[in-house]
Amino acid sequence: MSHAPPPPTSMGLDSRKMAFWAFIGSECLLFGSLISTYLIYKGRSLVGPYPHDVLNIPFTSFSTFDLLMSSLAMVLALAAVQRGDMRQGKLWLFVTALLGMVFLGGQVYEFSSFVHEGLGLTTNLFGSTFYVLTGTHGAHVTVGVIWLLTLWVQALRGKLGPQQAVTVEITGLYWHFVDVVWIVIFTLVYLIQ
Amino acid sequence: MSEQAHATTGTYLRIAAILVMVTLIEVGVFYVPAFQSVLVPVLLVLSALKFVLVVLFYMHLKFDNKFFAFLFGGPLLLAVGVMIGLLFLFFGAVRLRSGA
Repeated sequence: MSHAPPPPTSMGLDSRKMAFWAFIGSECLLFGSLISTYLIYKGRSLVGPYPHDVLNIPFTSFSTFDLLMSSLAMVLALAAVQRGDMRQGKLWLFVTALLGMVFLGGQVYEFSSFVHEGLGLTTNLFGSTFYVLTGTHGAHVTVGVIWLLTLWVQALRGKLGPQQAVTVEITGLYWHFVDVVWIVIFTLVYLIQ
Repeated sequence: MSEQAHATTGTYLRIAAILVMVTLIEVGVFYVPAFQSVLVPVLLVLSALKFVLVVLFYMHLKFDNKFFAFLFGGPLLLAVGVMIGLLFLFFGAVRLRSGA
């Protein structure tokens, strides 16, 4: 692993952060297309189960709360790493990953309960668009959890310090983006039925 | 480096409290029958508020270089524009078909 920081861009910006913001911009278009597809096919399923038959708002509200708290834990981890407090940094990185795993557990439970109620990927338009949208988001959360756990292990081995704060910041950008995508999904898919 | 000082831990905690309160309001509004007529605009505004708070304070766009805001905001506006365009296209088509 190289410890030399990458050269800045001609604008004096960190090239890794700039590339990552461009990547997040492209992710906006990906999720924009998936959300558009869900909205366009909303209410056009010819057979059930329909959204109001299966969606569990109290349960998903808890998942939303969980993901919001994971974002808080992520900024606290970044702040700790930036000031060199690696004890707090390790703690908050692990808490962020743990909350991400709780969210994923909730999604696995939700998907399996929907399948038990007869909603599969090919059952109707709602099932297809719902599973593709929330499944893509869940895949992003899974990548984020693996990324966070990798950073946590690096921190445990003493290979993560204030010099690598930009690495933690980029991880945080990804994690917060996953959070804001869920904020939109929670409103458009779950609350506006 | 173009970065300025980030928010304090107190700011992060206050933002988290606001995010939780807005989520509670969203869920509350969903269950109150009196709000059904204005449910969609109210939920969209509350959701946008949460989105902006996370992006500005947790993703540090408020404090970071404006070019990052451009890199994020440009595609975001394009995605929202495409979404609105597609909705008009499809729901407009439904209205025309039902009106014919």
